[in-house]
Amino acid sequence: MAEVAVQQEKEALFSKKRVKLLTDPLNDNNPVTVQVLGICSALAITVQVKPALFMFAGVFFVVVMGNIVVSLLRNVIPNRVRIIAQLVIVAGLVSIVDMVLKAYAYDVSKQLSVFVGLIITNCIVMGRLEAFAMANKPWPSALDGIGNAFGYGILLVLVAVVRELFGAGKLMGYKIIPDSFYEFGYVNNGMMMMPPMALILVGIIIWVQRSRNTKLVEAED
Amino acid sequence: MALNKESNGYVILFSTALVLVTAVALVTVFSFTRDTVSNNQKLEKMQNILQAARINVERDQAETKYKESITDAFALTEKGEVKMKGEVDNVFNIDLAAELKKKEGEEKLFPVFVCNKNDSTFYILGMRGKGLWDAIWGYVALGKDMNTIYNAVFDHKGETPGLGAEIKEGWYTAQFPGKKIVNDKGEFVSVSVIKKGTAPESDYNVDGVSGGTLTSNGLHDMLKMFFGAFYEYSKTQKNAAPAKPEPVALPADSLQQPDTLATALVPVDSSKNNTTTTNL
Repeated sequence: MAEVAVQQEKEALFSKKRVKLLTDPLNDNNPVTVQVLGICSALAITVQVKPALFMFAGVFFVVVMGNIVVSLLRNVIPNRVRIIAQLVIVAGLVSIVDMVLKAYAYDVSKQLSVFVGLIITNCIVMGRLEAFAMANKPWPSALDGIGNAFGYGILLVLVAVVRELFGAGKLMGYKIIPDSFYEFGYVNNGMMMMPPMALILVGIIIWVQRSRNTKLVEAED
Repeated sequence: MALNKESNGYVILFSTALVLVTAVALVTVFSFTRDTVSNNQKLEKMQNILQAARINVERDQAETKYKESITDAFALTEKGEVKMKGEVDNVFNIDLAAELKKKEGEEKLFPVFVCNKNDSTFYILGMRGKGLWDAIWGYVALGKDMNTIYNAVFDHKGETPGLGAEIKEGWYTAQFPGKKIVNDKGEFVSVSVIKKGTAPESDYNVDGVSGGTLTSNGLHDMLKMFFGAFYEYSKTQKNAAPAKPEPVALPADSLQQPDTLATALVPVDSSKNNTTTTNL
């Protein structure tokens, strides 16, 4: 059996080990900066902060729910078709998100447009299902999902803030950089609008993170 | 476990069950949300049509205001023949995506809504075209002279945010009011979407979106097609006066006409020269 269930029958709901599931992805094991997953969407929807937040909400729902569902099914999913089974579950969840947004948050869904569907292709989702939910119980899986969604969301918003502020002089659509700056010759950086700039920003964030977090630095030999 | 999880039979059984459960879940959610979604879309369409006539309403009031303002509607064929005269609801329900898919030779119907606002009449043209990734569409209101643009709204399904998607933003559509589709000689010129600086600024062109060339081109083609049909129709109407257009009452903020209005040299497609001024 491909089951490596962690023995934690009587473990507290928020034991140290479980809190670590939540906090680890925020820094030490961030899905974007350390595992370098989900880069594609980090490039695509970080031009403005607002869509980035909605994307985070969508990914949050899909990762957490997907983790729980897959974790519940982990003992009945045949090993040979596990990836395609995970994909069906993720695609189903994403379609539900899409439909619910269209019905009850029509403007949000318009703003996100194609990117809702693109959650399916987010490597973090499949990555967590395959690496964690397939081998763990629902509750730890849910915590793991929450942690990773936040790890992803933090980075997304960080990149989006920089791109929107310097690319358009706005945040959340509101003007931040005053007109007087422009009169003195300040110009919005058009490069920030381009996807490659997101990659460069992610690179800079990884650099800063590694120089501050010694755990991430590979031992010199 | 007695069951062999890796046997073919189990895999098939599992896959079938999983797909069935997922399908049932999706159908359930869909049937719960379908009505709300289509109502949202209907109201949004009404909002957009009204917005083209500079009537801004909240979504929940869109229907009342729409029924109040849109007094008439008809459909035009590509040659400008009038169909569905007065069938306001049917015209509203014209699915332009389906109309544009019709093969050559089949009759395509383009919706036109007649809006009455403070005793002035506007013709609101429903439009649809192709952007870079997917469909783009919009509503453009022309004044009583059937020539001068009063306002325009555009939207898109999936253009690149920050680039092609900018066509729906206010700063972009603000270029349109005051532009004309028929030149001083009474020839149809449409409104061209071209890069600023490549042609003299005139009443007949607007700037494209930098970085969104393919979207801009799609917009250009869309405008030409739908204005074209409407121009053919306008030739049959009395109140259209292409040579000496009546000034349309434009709000002061939208009057940004270039000084070179009279001398503007507009590159006229030579193929259009045969459609001369029969209505003068």
